[in-house]
Amino acid sequence: MKLAFKLAYRNLIGAGLRTWLNVIVLSFSFVVIIWLKGVMTGWDHQAKTDMTNWEIGGGQYWHEAYDPYDPFTLTESHAPLPAEFLPEVAAGEMEPVLITQGSIFPEGRMMQVIVRGINPEQTIFQLPTSVLDSATDAIPAIIGSMMAKTSRLKTGDYVTLRWRDANGTFDATDILICGIFNASVPAIDAGQVYIALDKLQEMMLLPGEATIVTFRSSNVPRQETAGWVLKTREELTRQVDEMIKTKSAGQSILYGILLLLAMLAIFDTQVLSIFRRQKEIGTYIALGYTRQQVVGLFTVEGSMHAVLAAFVAAAYGLPFLAWQAKAGWTMPVDTSEFGMAIAQTLYPVYSLGLVISTVAIVTVTTTIVSYLPSRKIARMNPTDALRGKLQ
Amino acid sequence: MKSIFLIALFPLLNVAQAQDANTILEKIDANMSSKNRVFESSMTIRGKRSSRTITSKSYSEGTRQSFTEYLSPASEKGTKMLKLDKQLWIYSPSTDRTIQISGHMLRQSVMGSDLSYEDMMDDRKLSEVYDARVTGEAMIGDRRVYVLDLTARVPDIAYFSQKIWVDAERFVPLKQELYAKSGKLLKMMEMENVIQVQGRWFPGKIKYKDMLRQGEGTEFNITRISFDQQIPEYIFSKAALKQ
Repeated sequence: MKLAFKLAYRNLIGAGLRTWLNVIVLSFSFVVIIWLKGVMTGWDHQAKTDMTNWEIGGGQYWHEAYDPYDPFTLTESHAPLPAEFLPEVAAGEMEPVLITQGSIFPEGRMMQVIVRGINPEQTIFQLPTSVLDSATDAIPAIIGSMMAKTSRLKTGDYVTLRWRDANGTFDATDILICGIFNASVPAIDAGQVYIALDKLQEMMLLPGEATIVTFRSSNVPRQETAGWVLKTREELTRQVDEMIKTKSAGQSILYGILLLLAMLAIFDTQVLSIFRRQKEIGTYIALGYTRQQVVGLFTVEGSMHAVLAAFVAAAYGLPFLAWQAKAGWTMPVDTSEFGMAIAQTLYPVYSLGLVISTVAIVTVTTTIVSYLPSRKIARMNPTDALRGKLQ
Repeated sequence: MKSIFLIALFPLLNVAQAQDANTILEKIDANMSSKNRVFESSMTIRGKRSSRTITSKSYSEGTRQSFTEYLSPASEKGTKMLKLDKQLWIYSPSTDRTIQISGHMLRQSVMGSDLSYEDMMDDRKLSEVYDARVTGEAMIGDRRVYVLDLTARVPDIAYFSQKIWVDAERFVPLKQELYAKSGKLLKMMEMENVIQVQGRWFPGKIKYKDMLRQGEGTEFNITRISFDQQIPEYIFSKAALKQ
């Protein structure tokens, strides 16, 4: 076997440019697959971290009637906080949020918004809620950058907010935009206006009530509470998992095309080798090699393309992948309107498992593709092969 | 002595005024409410840059049932709207589908006008939901009007207070201001072309203006109206939407 590797290496190097072309194409597959998979892992990591920091904390309790995808439920989805939540709320380990609908009228245009009442002193989210405590002549409010862009509002602007209280009576007042935050989680930005929780409770005639309650730690085991549905961090980030699963499936087609191109080159090389090296094959058999040993020799020779490609990929891929992990990949289109938690710049994350599995998949595929044309050797007549007769 | 007498009489005057205000509201309701009505109208929506007119034919039965079919322009022709109690359905001929409007959708404007679906649906009698107080008299054009302040006496009402200018002879509102609980003016209506139909006085033209939005408002012209007609029962059914 050692001899087979030695011979294979010598033959490969002897083939010169043909070998190196194959190796370079194959090395592209290595680098691109690892990079793309790394981007996906980085997105997964970033999306979940951002969602935790901006939207879901360690998990949430939702009022049983609350459905974020159905605004019709908002009028009914509020209730006083259960007594068992109160100690954690007082300690700042849980934050109640009251959600209702309203309309704002920037420059006389009507925009439907979701108004969220949040504790200005909260520390679970990265939202700059402390400004909601400002003493102003209008209700202090914060909005996200995406919302600021669509509503054309900026810090210091006044805008009229109209809402309906719990009885359905219209009320309206001016709010002052005291802060604009940047977050890559559209759910907490697009069409959302944040004001102080106690103010919204007063406006809605719903003192002490909330729609969702977010807790800080996902490690504390929690139970369902009557009227409130427990949503764990895993449940709340499931949509990210599903999105990445879908994207990964789409990317697999790209991996397939890359591998197909590389394997086509290897396959052609193998077919050409067997065709041009018939005398050599005959000589091996004449020297005492079994047909299977010759097949093995050619298969090893083919699969060694993958080994060489791994080294070449490491030579230029490692610096590239390391630079990408540091600088990130900034997407050429604006991601803020994608409707999912995705940052403008994604930082790939590579794991050892990712590198090993990619190398293993490419090497096994190359070995199989190298073996397929080599089977022809087993059917060759050694005498004709030695004479160099075409078979 | 005279002033003491006047002070003693003041509460009685207030009661008399309150009764007058409530009587005025009842007279308004007598004009504006009916068992049923059928009318054709045109709605002109004046936007920032352009305006468009939509004509329609409506049937309504009390405050619970109404049916509207849009007649023009071509893009809206055949669109039908059915209100049954607190539910509202819209049929669109282009998609041949009927959708139910509920929740926050009811707060959207009707065809880009200054009226929301809820505004169209909330047609309870004023005397049933508001306490009224006459605050003075004024002139609108050549008509003498009573000025009334209305304050909600039921909790489930869209506008907490209203200011209403009522023709002192015909008991038809000529101007109406709708206020939020905070006192902010939300909507304003101006009524013109008051006509007499089957013994009732009714405004033939109503200008709506959402005071928080830009634009010139929406003009609602009633081209034909008749009260207490025989309206076939099937008109107020979902089946009528697709006919």
